[in-house]
Amino acid sequence: MSPTPSKKSADAAAAAATATQARSSATGLGGGGGGAGMRLIVPLQGVVQGRGGLVLGTLIPCALFYFLQFYLRRNRSPPPTSPQPPAANGPDLPGIVRSSSRNFLSARGSSGHAAVSSRAASIARSGDSPYFVGTKKCSEDPYHPVDNPDGVIQLGLAENRLSLDLIGDWLARNVTDTLLDERQGGLSISGLATYQPFDGLVELKMAVAEFMGQVMQGSVSFDPSQIIMTAGATPAIEILSFCLADAGNAFLVPSPYYPGYDRNIRWRAGIELIPVPCRSTDNFGLSIPALERAYNQAKMRGVKVRAVLFSNPSNPVGNLLHRETLRDLLDFVTEKGIHVIADEVFAGSTHGTEDFVSMAEVLNTDEFDRSRVHIVYGLSKDLSVPGFRIGLIYSFNEHVIAAASKLARFSSVSVPTQHLLISMLNDTKFITQYIKTNRERLRVMYALLVNGLKQLGVESVKSSGGFYCWTDMSKFMKSYSEKGELELWKEMLNVAKIHLTPGTACHCIEPGWFRLCFTTLTEKDVPVVLERIKRVVDNH
Amino acid sequence: MAKKGVPLSEMATSDTHGEDSPYFVGWKVYDENPYDAASNPSGVIQMGLAENQVSFDLLEDYLEQHPQEFGWGCGVSSFRENALFQDYHGLKTFTRAVALFMEQIRGGRTQFDPQHIVLTAGATAANELLTFILADPGDGLLIPTPYYPGFDRDLRWRTGVNIIPVHCNSSNGFQITLRALEDACAGAESMKVRVKGLLLTNPSNPLGTTITRPVLEEILDFVAHKDIHLISDEIYSGSVFSSDEFVSMTEIVESRGHQERERVHIVYSLSKDLGLPGYRVGTIYSYNNEVVTTARRMSSFTLVSSQTQKMLASLLSDKEFTENYLRTNRERLKKRYEFVVEGLSNAGIRCLQGNAGLFCWMNLGELLEEPTVEGELSLWNLMLHEAKLNISPGSSCHCLEAGWFRVCFANMSQQTLEVALMRMKDFTEKMKAKQMISSL
Repeated sequence: MSPTPSKKSADAAAAAATATQARSSATGLGGGGGGAGMRLIVPLQGVVQGRGGLVLGTLIPCALFYFLQFYLRRNRSPPPTSPQPPAANGPDLPGIVRSSSRNFLSARGSSGHAAVSSRAASIARSGDSPYFVGTKKCSEDPYHPVDNPDGVIQLGLAENRLSLDLIGDWLARNVTDTLLDERQGGLSISGLATYQPFDGLVELKMAVAEFMGQVMQGSVSFDPSQIIMTAGATPAIEILSFCLADAGNAFLVPSPYYPGYDRNIRWRAGIELIPVPCRSTDNFGLSIPALERAYNQAKMRGVKVRAVLFSNPSNPVGNLLHRETLRDLLDFVTEKGIHVIADEVFAGSTHGTEDFVSMAEVLNTDEFDRSRVHIVYGLSKDLSVPGFRIGLIYSFNEHVIAAASKLARFSSVSVPTQHLLISMLNDTKFITQYIKTNRERLRVMYALLVNGLKQLGVESVKSSGGFYCWTDMSKFMKSYSEKGELELWKEMLNVAKIHLTPGTACHCIEPGWFRLCFTTLTEKDVPVVLERIKRVVDNH
Repeated sequence: MAKKGVPLSEMATSDTHGEDSPYFVGWKVYDENPYDAASNPSGVIQMGLAENQVSFDLLEDYLEQHPQEFGWGCGVSSFRENALFQDYHGLKTFTRAVALFMEQIRGGRTQFDPQHIVLTAGATAANELLTFILADPGDGLLIPTPYYPGFDRDLRWRTGVNIIPVHCNSSNGFQITLRALEDACAGAESMKVRVKGLLLTNPSNPLGTTITRPVLEEILDFVAHKDIHLISDEIYSGSVFSSDEFVSMTEIVESRGHQERERVHIVYSLSKDLGLPGYRVGTIYSYNNEVVTTARRMSSFTLVSSQTQKMLASLLSDKEFTENYLRTNRERLKKRYEFVVEGLSNAGIRCLQGNAGLFCWMNLGELLEEPTVEGELSLWNLMLHEAKLNISPGSSCHCLEAGWFRVCFANMSQQTLEVALMRMKDFTEKMKAKQMISSL
């Protein structure tokens, strides 16, 4: 595997080399096969995040860096075709690799010829990132209370197992009727034979719209005709990105943010993500002045910001945005003439005392230009069915709806799964009970973990939603730095045998924050987790 | 599209989605006035949709006999793990079943390693994914014409990749020639477009023919010489009328001791052969580890529902069922094809000699007012609005010879097909009469 360039030269050559702007200066690939068809992509945009524009001084180190790597590459043998790193939950979190260290793109194929695209090459290298290392350890040595009590405990996966039994019971009660009922279309082949709209069956859109209204506690209703169903929220975000911005443009994203955005939005759509730091002193709340600063800095660099993307409830922090903040945000994007994307996938997974306010609700009651507002939602989190791939775009913009409905063809929801969900969602009595019970179980688990951590001297941000707590472990770091944080993370993984998500993966600018997911635990596991953490805490 | 309010991306406002082409316009006309034997006997008959409905009864029988399989196999307790399962490696039982099925289609002549299978939500996604992986924006993909109209959208829209047509013609039954490939490459070079790969559809859509072994060999030599990739879209491989007439690119690769395999990638799907387009099950099979790894990660944008995987795993692993299904399906398609060709022949219409697929490639050149795209489209329009038949004009498929049309026959009942053929006959007789009169 290629060595990651040193941070210094990486910063100097830091790139958000986007798809359209990348050009290869390749030796010819045609003729006489088997040539070392090597392609090097010159970083064209010097982006040192938040620190200013395209500094001329980066060009020279950039060029030197380029030539050094070119030289090194030519004299090294091709990488072996090694076994692929396992990804038990590949789609969830990508590598912790910071954008600046992913700048070096080389598209040499493993056999030295018929190279792949630069887009492909950039991601092929992220296989040995810390995240994958952690996940690999979890799958190789998974904790089990009876069979493997010393195994690695996975706290890095935002997956909800707390209420699966409820859904399992529903299926047991309804499976034969629902699934095999010819009249309902169920799984009977003829019902699935005909050409289906790629953006989802009307019945599913209606059922989901109803569900969303329920989940957001009846404060707003959703219109099925504004829904585009997609195979999960991951493609929903990507499709929206393709619709709202061109490659090379940027989104402002309050940080810390969900690590998956980096891959989902940068990779193929070629859109830059500009983190807008939120601070612990503000309880990691969204700051309009910070957005304003980031917007202006981007402008100075000649980067066009097209949207603000934020999650609410926040991942990884878990806080909810207040109505006033949402209004201020709408004012901001209106003033700048840009879009806003509200990722509300955890809307139904609130466990605190605060009420969740959807962007849709604010639009309902206030006079704002709706055509700039887009919501991402799905059933992976709130209904615990990530495997079924049910996500959606909810937009107030008819042109986005038109384009997205065509793009949904690349990421459609499987029809038998749609039928299953239609039945389940239409059982409103079950759904109401499920939402309520699930929230209660989240609340109990959250409290258990957070209180236990508190007793160890680990404080968490007060949060009201999501599957995790956002904890401050900075006092246990050897140095107050990114390096210190990663060392602590490694210690947690190797000594405490717990896999957590470090703040650097989420672009948090304050080192020492970690996200711990509690939804894959049972109540009995919590003391075990706390004891493990204590091992590391005691060492400091 | 007029830009209102906050601007959208170029991509959202371009028309690369191609849905203004006749191919899609015809569908809309059909949607507004669909034929139904009982309730709307004068409606439009859809002959532009390549879907397979001839073997549903086999699937329905299976479902009846094995209700458990379609309801989470070993019981509801396994639901939990299934509902949470979003691993892009796919369910082991399922990828194994897909590999087995693909082997069966090829009569066991090649082997598929389940670890090299990448699942995607349909072949549409598989083709787009491979394009993203093998080519950068501005690069070119060679595609022999005539080709599936959807490629213009699927392979170009988000990827920014160009399609370089490799023109084939009726002089040799539209077979791909080395000359055509070389010409296409030269053309790309002159436009300063870097060619990254060749995409074949075998069996061909819209021709309904399989590519012969010698031509496949020639093609593999060509891509090796040019050092480019080869995508072989084999989604109709289970719909070849005689199983021994299909040669998969995998067979060529294996016969050469796996030389050149790093550049070969197969696309498959259950939508055509099994008639399950709604299930959204597609797959990429590549011998190239880097492509497999990357495709797998990229498949996060287009995963197959775990429920669907579980449901189909047992069906596809049931050798008795699949053998019977494949054999019966082939026979029925062959019968349909022969029935259609005969019906068309009675109407004085010639077809290309086909041996696969869900459609036939017919020639209405004699009926054109002028041998041009305009002439072809005007005939197509007449057929749509007068004969109330939606067929696909060759120009949508980038065929350079005017007058060829693709007509689908497997997406309707036998009765509907008979009605359609009668309408075709009436229409051609009317057109010929008109021609005779106007030439007097």
